[in-house]
Amino acid sequence: MILQSKDVLGLEDLTAEEILGVLDVAAHFRAVFDRPVRSVPIMRGRTVVNFFHEPSTRTRISFELAEQRLSADIINFAAATSSFSKGETLRDTAENLAAMKIDMLIVRHSSPGAAQYLAKVLKCSVINAGDGAHEHPTQGLLDIMTMRQRLGDMRGKKVTIIGDITHSRVARSNLWGLVKLGAEVTLCGPPTMIPGGLDKLGAKIEYNLEKAVADADVLNVLRIQLERHSSKSFPGNREYHRMYGITEDVVRKLKPEAFVMHPGPMNRDVEIASEVADGPRQVILDQVANGVAVRMALIYLLSGGDPRSLGSSAN
Amino acid sequence: MEWSWQRIPAEYLVINVKLCRNGKLARRKGYLHVRKGRIEGLGVGQPAINGVPVLDGEGLVCAPGLVDLRASFREPGNEQMETVATGSRAAAAGGFTSVVTMSGTDPVIDNSGMVRYLIDRGREAGLCRVYPTGAVSPGRQGEAMCEYGDMVDAGAVAFTDDDVPVASGGLMSNALKLTKVLGVPVISHAEDRSIVGGGVMHAGYWSGRLGMAGMGRAGEDSAVFRDVELARATGGHLHLAHVSTKGAVEIIRRAKAEGINVTAEAAPHHFSLDHSRCRDFSPLFKVTPPLREPDDVNAIAEALADGTIDAIASDHAPHTGTEKEYQFDQAPFGATGLETSLAVGITYLVNNDILDLGQLIACLSEKPARIFNLPGGRLEEGAEADFVLFDPTEKWTVDAKGFQSRSTNSAYLGETLTGKVKATFLRGRLTWRGEN
Repeated sequence: MILQSKDVLGLEDLTAEEILGVLDVAAHFRAVFDRPVRSVPIMRGRTVVNFFHEPSTRTRISFELAEQRLSADIINFAAATSSFSKGETLRDTAENLAAMKIDMLIVRHSSPGAAQYLAKVLKCSVINAGDGAHEHPTQGLLDIMTMRQRLGDMRGKKVTIIGDITHSRVARSNLWGLVKLGAEVTLCGPPTMIPGGLDKLGAKIEYNLEKAVADADVLNVLRIQLERHSSKSFPGNREYHRMYGITEDVVRKLKPEAFVMHPGPMNRDVEIASEVADGPRQVILDQVANGVAVRMALIYLLSGGDPRSLGSSAN
Repeated sequence: MEWSWQRIPAEYLVINVKLCRNGKLARRKGYLHVRKGRIEGLGVGQPAINGVPVLDGEGLVCAPGLVDLRASFREPGNEQMETVATGSRAAAAGGFTSVVTMSGTDPVIDNSGMVRYLIDRGREAGLCRVYPTGAVSPGRQGEAMCEYGDMVDAGAVAFTDDDVPVASGGLMSNALKLTKVLGVPVISHAEDRSIVGGGVMHAGYWSGRLGMAGMGRAGEDSAVFRDVELARATGGHLHLAHVSTKGAVEIIRRAKAEGINVTAEAAPHHFSLDHSRCRDFSPLFKVTPPLREPDDVNAIAEALADGTIDAIASDHAPHTGTEKEYQFDQAPFGATGLETSLAVGITYLVNNDILDLGQLIACLSEKPARIFNLPGGRLEEGAEADFVLFDPTEKWTVDAKGFQSRSTNSAYLGETLTGKVKATFLRGRLTWRGEN
């Protein structure tokens, strides 16, 4: 058994061994993508519900693709089309889902802890596709997979995460996972966007971008949504780009082998300059492909898939 | 406790109890003599009185009926959470005989008619003295002022916009001036909303880790500071509700040393629980002000011991369904408290040698009654016979099924506490009888 729990709620709960085990299986699935027949029928006859209480395109499509490639039956329900708009509580939703005997639940929700809650009350496996600003474990895993493909062992590697850390579940999942694998994580952003406490989880905090990236092996650049969360936490996009935007200038000063990641969707010329987004140092589309592989791996393992039956990994 | 009475006689003796009065617990057993709703006499040893029915309270403490400075009974408007009747029953079960109720009902208690209505409802229930507060501003909108004089004549004992802070310093200043003449305090829920914004828990390690919006200490401290300065300038009586930070304690300590007319209360959860309780996302721990850090928790406990904080108030805030229906960030703020305040005080303050039992009871009865100028809080000859009998050593586990309140959103569910109320008396009449 690679995963000890029936659920994947956050990288906080996984051990380094579990993370590496999942990534090995993901590497196998990633190799399958290049074959003419990409599906693995382990989930045939089983139902996965994608419950997205918050808008998402990328993550939802990535999960759906992963589920399809494992031959699952898929039900999607999103906030706008479900009874949530009529004010149904999460508890009622959970009880309905339990009564329908689904096999797996993928949940995206605006409240931190929503996935934990559903995992506690439901017998089926739950995968957290993002709960508020708390965790986004599949994004964390795909980011780490992308880093390991280039850097190998993460021990001592320097990862700098830049952006609105306060509102970022991506930052928290990256932090938990990377610290467990021995990487050195620096969090960078305006002081209004970095909450207290994360230094105690092993992160270095640096408000100056130049210092934060000087030594870095990887930059993980977060999406900035000044219009949504942080209207009062920063003067505006122009100032942000000036002080924290990843421009050609910033990239030129990086270590030669360092590269740039972004979880998407990008705000071009806010957190990342277009030239960098389209340039040779970014690995963004690799992240997207790895996302499907990581999600396949988790669904496969939580469904009782035996990694030994997959044959040797292509990695 | 042996209990053979079908109904409470007009005259009786409670014997073999340790009396708790004037901040001290008697070392020797004594008695309380009740006649026609008043305390006829009391003392140590056995009374030399014959022919009066006797209640043997062996092993129990006899204390003044507890006086709560902060409870929400939710009536009118949210009777599904609590009513004056169910809230009064919860109060009696917790050993309280007097309760100051909050103005934040729907509609708001912002005129004398509403004050009279609540007092009448309290009398109908007949289980505790209900003392309404009135709002500082009509509808708690923070703009105009209510008719304080008319409401005091109707029975209002203090003014507050409940959990809505009075954002305007000018309004607060005028309210302090006008209520000073009337001899009643303004209660401040000290919070600068422009600082704490949409926070749902204390801003610190746990909010950072859990991805929750935080409410920093500065939001409370700066508001406490403003109100203390307004009290200094006006000479009005400022009462600070549910103080939760070490910084606020320091400001209050200085203000008292300088002779400013300021009093303060603490809620049981602020001297017993810290922000790590939010780690499992349980909305039972979502309160305002939020559960803070261990050094704040210790500062509140010490402030009760040295008198900087005068009273313990239950901050009883019933809500339906908070255990199950809401996610933490969506849930309403507040926890019930009337039925656990005494036991939380014994468990966390007395058993940890921060207060002795006499001091704890003073913080729950005599001192709150004195600072709000209410009758009660004293066991003395001639006083009305409001008293509570409790076992200070009995352990019990908090269970939702055991509550008299209509709501069960207690922050102590499942926890084992020490100290159990056995019987509560209001004007000599039994209002609550616990299990033997």
